[in-house]
Amino acid sequence: MRNAFIVRIAIVVVAVGLLELLCRLGVIPSFTMIPPSAMAQSLWSLLASGRFSHDIAATLANVGIAIVAAMLAGVALGTALQGWPAARRTLDPLFATYYAVPMYAFYPLLIVIFGMSDFPQIAIGFLLAVMAVIINTLNGLDRVPAVLLKTARVHGLGFVQEAFHVRLPYAAPYVFTGFKLAVAYSFIGVIGAEFITSSRGIGYEISFAYNNFDNPVMYAMILFILLLVITVNMSLHAWERRLLSRRRRA
Amino acid sequence: MSHVALRGVTRVYPGKTPVHALGPLDLELAQGEFFAVVGASFSGKSTLLDVMAGLAPPSSGQVFFEEKQVQGVPDGIGVVFQEDASFPWLTVHDNIAFGLRRTGAPEAEVAAQVGYAIEFMGLKEFARAYPAQLSGGMRQRVCIARTLVLKPRLILLDEPFGALDQQTRLLMGDELLRLWRETGATILLITHSLDEAAMLADRVGVMSARPGRFLELIATGWPRGRDSTIVASESFGKLTSRIWTLLRGESLRAMGHA
Repeated sequence: MRNAFIVRIAIVVVAVGLLELLCRLGVIPSFTMIPPSAMAQSLWSLLASGRFSHDIAATLANVGIAIVAAMLAGVALGTALQGWPAARRTLDPLFATYYAVPMYAFYPLLIVIFGMSDFPQIAIGFLLAVMAVIINTLNGLDRVPAVLLKTARVHGLGFVQEAFHVRLPYAAPYVFTGFKLAVAYSFIGVIGAEFITSSRGIGYEISFAYNNFDNPVMYAMILFILLLVITVNMSLHAWERRLLSRRRRA
Repeated sequence: MSHVALRGVTRVYPGKTPVHALGPLDLELAQGEFFAVVGASFSGKSTLLDVMAGLAPPSSGQVFFEEKQVQGVPDGIGVVFQEDASFPWLTVHDNIAFGLRRTGAPEAEVAAQVGYAIEFMGLKEFARAYPAQLSGGMRQRVCIARTLVLKPRLILLDEPFGALDQQTRLLMGDELLRLWRETGATILLITHSLDEAAMLADRVGVMSARPGRFLELIATGWPRGRDSTIVASESFGKLTSRIWTLLRGESLRAMGHA
């Protein structure tokens, strides 16, 4: 376990070091990429100046709204569908093809519906994330042992109580996997949508910097997103491990 | 007046080929009686338990608990299943408190009753442990304790010691007798083990192969203060031999040899 961690860190350090070297030696031209140390330096000065604070706040708020909405709607819909087999049978083929649909193609439609606001970005993030939560919630709920459901009935629990006190807690590790995916998809959806039509946000600033050949800003913002997503994902991973450790046999 | 009564109960599982699993069957259990059911595999023992608990409706006939017809799971019934029914996300303490908290009991009362049950079932050292950290026998004790704290007047046990080794089964049987004496509850125990049925019960119901009917109800005649030491007595041997004589033909039938 510890060895794997060391190897993982070593791979990252070597890759970053190699990139630094190639940039410094001019093998990778500076108009293509700046050295990682310059990216970090640029990011530091941008964060210190507060120049992009509003954009970062806007993106994080939109991602946050998309994540929370996807989590709530995904768990609610997953639970409802699990208790309604006829509806599930009808929708199953649609679920299977859901991710084949390019969500960004709906962007014009979303602008018509919501106008030039943050909602189209949030909607794209939500649409990408919600299915992962629904599918994983259903997957977890399908695995609840019959004996636990009988126990719930013996304790006089109704459908809603049973869902909150037995089904969802049992399914929690699967639901959590859905949450992890929802976080990733929400970032992809919101930041991707900001690239297309938005006047603020991290995605917009990256796009703006790219169009103006402003590599220090562009790479600084890319690095920021990378660090942010990796930190969030690792935190969720640690939380998930803690959750699972209680259920794993010693 | 009987505590539990089954009158003409049958259970047929519908389908393309309906399966007649149980009955017709009549049974009366007295208040505070310990009744064991033995039978071949697939003889409808667990179906009988589900019907008595109100988890499955009878296809015909009626079940009465304390004079009231059972429709759904009535108050005052506790069930311990063969499979592990502990909640893996809760500690031993919270597992046992699960039902009590649903009743809206004050937390101080929950703590006191759960504490007593933990002590009674010998789980004191593991109160903060999760089920995954316990052996199969200990997890089953957690489930029994969770049922006990609700002070059920009828306890239905479906092969609760099925996964345990013989020695542990005997010891768990002693604990079951102890809690039966302390609570005064009526107990129905479903078991594959003839020894377990003969040692624990006031009466043993021997079930036929499917559809399950009682071939005979045998009174064991043991005193209330019995324990596992009776397995060494001559009358215990005679009793198990009698049960086996009744059951052998049914077991062969169930296996398709008759």
